[in-house]
Amino acid sequence: MAWDRNQMAARAAQELQDGWYVNLGIGIPTLVSNHIPEGIEVTLQSENGMLGMGPFPTEDEIDADLINAGKQTITELPQTAYFDSAQSFAMIRGGKIAMAILGAMEVAENGDLANWMIPGKLVKGMGGAMDLVAGVGRVVVVMDHTSKHGDSKVLKKCTLPLTGKAVVDRIITNLGVLDVVEGGLKIVELAEGVSEADLRAATEAAIVD
Amino acid sequence: MQKIYAHAAAALDGVLFDGMLIAAGGFGLCGIPELLIAAIKEAGTKDITVASNNAGVDDFGLGVLLATRQIRKMISSYVGENAEFMRQYLAGELELEFNPQGTLAERMRAGGAGIPGFYTRTGVGTVIAEGKEHKDFDGQTYILERGIVADLSIVKAWKADPSGNLVFRKTARNFNPAAATCGRICVAEVEEIVPLGSLDADGIHLPGIYVHRLIQGQHEKRIENRTTRAA
Repeated sequence: MAWDRNQMAARAAQELQDGWYVNLGIGIPTLVSNHIPEGIEVTLQSENGMLGMGPFPTEDEIDADLINAGKQTITELPQTAYFDSAQSFAMIRGGKIAMAILGAMEVAENGDLANWMIPGKLVKGMGGAMDLVAGVGRVVVVMDHTSKHGDSKVLKKCTLPLTGKAVVDRIITNLGVLDVVEGGLKIVELAEGVSEADLRAATEAAIVD
Repeated sequence: MQKIYAHAAAALDGVLFDGMLIAAGGFGLCGIPELLIAAIKEAGTKDITVASNNAGVDDFGLGVLLATRQIRKMISSYVGENAEFMRQYLAGELELEFNPQGTLAERMRAGGAGIPGFYTRTGVGTVIAEGKEHKDFDGQTYILERGIVADLSIVKAWKADPSGNLVFRKTARNFNPAAATCGRICVAEVEEIVPLGSLDADGIHLPGIYVHRLIQGQHEKRIENRTTRAA
């Protein structure tokens, strides 16, 4: 019944294409790197200034000068390149990154995305998310379909401050996969054990055929 | 021309004043000018505005200047790791201007490059765009963002030569080059000052023209999020 975090990440990994440069957000998107399909080579960008992000280090390999955008210690690969933040966002804004896979608090039927703040409550900041959604070729969101209280997070209109307007291309949730199309969302795939009626019931956004 | 100073306090002598704008390098706690931050704390400079991607943690990095209430305003993209920051902000004691990370980096780069403003798609249709000029180019809407010129830049590099040429190490480079260029005065702290001629001239990350004062020192280089895999 529905996908867990790892299954969602595995499904998101199927979005990757050979040769792509990709940026993975914090949370479930980070898990996508564990599921890159056989025969597909992708280069992961970390927006703090690195292309070719390697796995987490062993205890012996830890280097304080080598972290990802989530401030986690990581390692480099033979093809790794380092650069400064201005160059990092030049390649993001310049459309060189094929796809970003990001988490979301809310997403709307027109592709609006909210994932950076809850007014009066959570004030952390957008980090690089606004630049990513405005600049990369394709934006895929990975998120739980509903809140802890069962309220839909796939909405007609976002209630939280936006990260980007009409920027999301595809939504992968624990219940299935939806594409943002003219007039609303189109069901692409249902998670195992989830019926179309289940997904529709959990979705506030308009679903079109 | 002598750029090398004995210690952080000496390198900051005469360049600090209340109400100033400081651009700081670093991402999280990686590549932050920790020695210069400590010296600014000791100097007691007040009402500082700091342009920096993050605000450190409670007891390290820029967090130490928040604890002493020396910072009046932060220009940052992400401040989620600092509880004291959140408390001061929600209590109305601290001003905060959120900038998207790439916009902040480009504002520093532009400021240092003599470019007073630039148009970007980042933030269009969000609160970031409110009050900013909108302009369409080729059917896309962009907003105008301003370059930042700071009174002082504080940055951290790996190696320097006495002429101020800098080399950074791995992801500790981050905001440091752009921050360095946007200050009227730039003070850099490094792990090692090497003799002239010992850096590869083709491998200089930031030419010494941007660096006015230099110190060498011991760095704690604290790790914020130690994550490992099994050996």
